[in-house]
Amino acid sequence: MNSLRSGLMWFVPLTVLLALTPFISNNYIVQQATFVCMYATLALSWNFMGGYTGYPSFSTSAFIGLGAYAGAILQNGGVPMVLAWVIATGVTGLFAACLGYAILRMKGHYFAIGSISIVEILRLIAASWSSFTGGGEGLNLPIFRGGPEYAGMVFLYAFLVLMLVAVLATVLVDRSRLGFGLRCIEQNEDAADMVGVNVNASKIAAFVLSAIFCGTAGAMSASWVSYISPPDAFSIVMTLKVPVMAMLGGAGTMFGPVFGALVFVVIEQSVLSRFLDYNQAILGLIIVFLIFFLPGGLLRSTLFKQFKQRILTKDPQESKP
Amino acid sequence: MDTYIQVLTNGLMLGALYACIAVGFSLVWGVLNIINMMHGSLIILGGYLTYFAWLHLKINPLFMLLIVPPLLFLLGYLLQFVMINRVVARPVLTTLTLTFGLDMILYNLMNVVFEATPRRITMDIGSVSFMDVVLPGDRLLAMVLALALTGILYGVMRTSRTGRAIVAVRMDRDAAALMGIRINRVYAVTFAISAMMAGACGVLMAVTFPVTTNITGLLLGKAFVVCVLGGLGSVPGALIGGLALGLIESLSGNWWGPQNAVLTGSVLMIVLLMTRPTGLLGKAGYE
Repeated sequence: MNSLRSGLMWFVPLTVLLALTPFISNNYIVQQATFVCMYATLALSWNFMGGYTGYPSFSTSAFIGLGAYAGAILQNGGVPMVLAWVIATGVTGLFAACLGYAILRMKGHYFAIGSISIVEILRLIAASWSSFTGGGEGLNLPIFRGGPEYAGMVFLYAFLVLMLVAVLATVLVDRSRLGFGLRCIEQNEDAADMVGVNVNASKIAAFVLSAIFCGTAGAMSASWVSYISPPDAFSIVMTLKVPVMAMLGGAGTMFGPVFGALVFVVIEQSVLSRFLDYNQAILGLIIVFLIFFLPGGLLRSTLFKQFKQRILTKDPQESKP
Repeated sequence: MDTYIQVLTNGLMLGALYACIAVGFSLVWGVLNIINMMHGSLIILGGYLTYFAWLHLKINPLFMLLIVPPLLFLLGYLLQFVMINRVVARPVLTTLTLTFGLDMILYNLMNVVFEATPRRITMDIGSVSFMDVVLPGDRLLAMVLALALTGILYGVMRTSRTGRAIVAVRMDRDAAALMGIRINRVYAVTFAISAMMAGACGVLMAVTFPVTTNITGLLLGKAFVVCVLGGLGSVPGALIGGLALGLIESLSGNWWGPQNAVLTGSVLMIVLLMTRPTGLLGKAGYE
């Protein structure tokens, strides 16, 4: 398959490069590489719902926060770290399945609002249920032993593996009946139903897929940062950032979200870190630019297509008419 | 019993303000099929303009009702004409992300320029007591003005040429275009009216509640809930929804404590959306 092959052509070197960062560079770069993996995972998850299925889902932060809190509470209860991540993933998936059953009947704006308010509701619950979640003070987690360099490496590889699993899931879904069904729903839900796509089951499957990786990533980042609080875990900015990354690369493509996350981290580090007071305004400007000048994302832009053409055809002269 | 009368009165006073907050939001949603994520920030912008005019220029906040709304009308018209009109027919995800992004810009700039410290205008107009029910003067005034503004908007929609054009576009965009209505201009005017109402609301907010950028999301949430409760794109719907939400919040605050009032509103909205996935009243022509 062409798009898979051309995607892998840059994705494999990128993965190798990310995996090598602890040996060829400093802690700062390792941290940024970890962010690339984390954001790529989140954007890939969102892509199942927002890209393939075309539903304006903004509940990413709800899943991240739920995973973070589930992982933190389990870890504080003495559950080993990795097991806590796995259970947190399960909890998030289960939550998404129940939630999806309820809110996936909504469409358009109503779905978008419903998905945002889930973030708000969970944040309010986390902030007010002090005895269980620590309330507004947040929760401290046991700090990962072994020094910052070792911890940085462990979390980089954890997120890298998670990203690879998310990519694998994307490729499998993209080429399966489910992916076909989701693309049908994106084009016309009623028609998809008519031709025999199990619309409800497909949508719930996409919603759960869009949740579980966020849940794991949330639990992992909670262990990584060792502290979570309601506004950080259920962040409204994050719930917007993730779709923006996916759209930046190309929503509904297999590798677009990874590319978008990479570009976003580069922008974040080169521009946002210099204008700390203007972070949200810059995110807003990125959105405006994206929507007016890059409506299909970077991977669908003409520039990238020309570039791909140049690489894929051995002799550029041949492809010219 | 007296407590209940007080609680109900508080609910109605709050509800009138909610109606005023939601009416412009509902108009844009109903006519343009766009969710304006900036609505909360526009209200706060109106509030800040009023506050600083009062603080530095000693302008009476109520006089600002004549200055702030036209300014925001202009801002709204430009925003719609330059930006949003270009994406108005694109999928929900695109339009929503764009207004979300614009909101981030406005919110961020307000934080930098005005800072998020809660500020409030104190008007000292005393309070009115009526059968053991205490009505703070500033809130009463805000309620009356909010109802009056909503009423004026309703009148404009019913009687003016522009109002009828907006209603026509709301009912059938293509047919309206065939009748010679310039859709883009109507969209811009609709968005401008919505921003103007947000500005007027901001003025009223500034005299009753502390103005801070922290509550932009909260205000937006209120507008959502009111729209779901009362239905889209209609002034009476927004009024009913606003008053209903005010009563619900004030009653549930009385029963379960005020800290859970917001949660109650959100949960109620989700339950409503689940049972009636296209809103309570469904789609109806804008009147």
